[in-house]
Amino acid sequence: MSENHNHEMHGYYTGDIHNQFVPEHYDPKNRSVIWRTFWILLIITIAEVAIAFTSISKEILMVIFITLTIVKAYFIVAFFMHLKHEKLSLAYCILLPFVLIVYLIVMSLTEANYLNLWDLIFN
Amino acid sequence: MAAEATLNNENPNSKSWSGGVSPFSISWGKMMMWFFLVSDAFTFSSLIVAYGAFRHRHTQVWPTANDVFTHFPFVHEHIPLAYVGLMTFILIMSSVTMVLAVDAGHRRDNRNVAIWLGLTIIGGFMFVGSQAWEWYNFITGTPKGALITNMGEIYRFPENAPSLHAHSHTAIPDWALIAPNHKIIVDKAEVERIKSISKPIKGANLVNNEYGHPLFADFFFFITGFHGFHVFSGVVINLIIFFNVLSGVYARRGHYEHIEKTGLYWHFVDLVWVFVFTFFYLV
Repeated sequence: MSENHNHEMHGYYTGDIHNQFVPEHYDPKNRSVIWRTFWILLIITIAEVAIAFTSISKEILMVIFITLTIVKAYFIVAFFMHLKHEKLSLAYCILLPFVLIVYLIVMSLTEANYLNLWDLIFN
Repeated sequence: MAAEATLNNENPNSKSWSGGVSPFSISWGKMMMWFFLVSDAFTFSSLIVAYGAFRHRHTQVWPTANDVFTHFPFVHEHIPLAYVGLMTFILIMSSVTMVLAVDAGHRRDNRNVAIWLGLTIIGGFMFVGSQAWEWYNFITGTPKGALITNMGEIYRFPENAPSLHAHSHTAIPDWALIAPNHKIIVDKAEVERIKSISKPIKGANLVNNEYGHPLFADFFFFITGFHGFHVFSGVVINLIIFFNVLSGVYARRGHYEHIEKTGLYWHFVDLVWVFVFTFFYLV
């Protein structure tokens, strides 16, 4: 984190009416990071399509697919959207609200599974 | 003493919040784009969670995506996942060209910004076109269609259920029917009874779906439609930015921050597709 901290000290206020702060984060290594991220995303997607046709059980496949989806989401948000190089406080502001979505998933699926079970027992 | 220290900004942590600087070290425009994307992500999350809830509610009769999306241009065989894999590749690729446009902006390289942004727009149009083709095949349905009973249950023909053939140990006879819960009905009397109370159905719309439960079609149209609308909006915004780049607006302004904000939106659209791809097509 410390090198990022030095990194974001560089920047300038534009002279326009909004006087925006534009950080100066050009680094010649940026482009190799972009292409590395691209290859990771591509290989994960190809692997997902490939293992969909294997005889691995559906439950294990579901765990694998959801894990790989979160890995892909991490690479898009961290490197394409540059969140890894923003201040940690901003990253928390953006990511922490999604705890509520986890709660929504647990709540909705519990209810749905209960109603499904009810149908199986009484119909 | 403590109050003085705070007022004199001696505490480095309080310094960034005492005015005059950007506390998050980003411009207000980018911060607002991030917070808009958080709210938009909540909308998409709610839609996908609702889809998941109804799928769990009707898990026994939910259609298998590998039996629904099996088309590939110029190929007559069923190839599940290939076309949507290609669409995912196109969108990831356009995300890469977008981030390269942002990178060229950091170097104040107007020509390369225009080139990469132009490629991003082409990728966006290709994706929207692919989605339209996917919708066309889903709405048109299979050549033979399916049967709908007077109870509203969908019985499919074996030729439209390639995934069952792969998992079945014995060959499925042509005259068999596939029940809504994916069981194969090979009893001839039962097949005739179902046919006597059924009428043919073809394709999918918001009311009927020859592939199975109508909610599958409803959620498919709504979620991929909402996502496609986002892609289309992104392409329009990218086009506006593209013409600004060509006319030198950002070169005169001295910075390409607009490209970064548009880029954030474009990557978000890619991010949503990663989740749609997983929950609609893979699991």
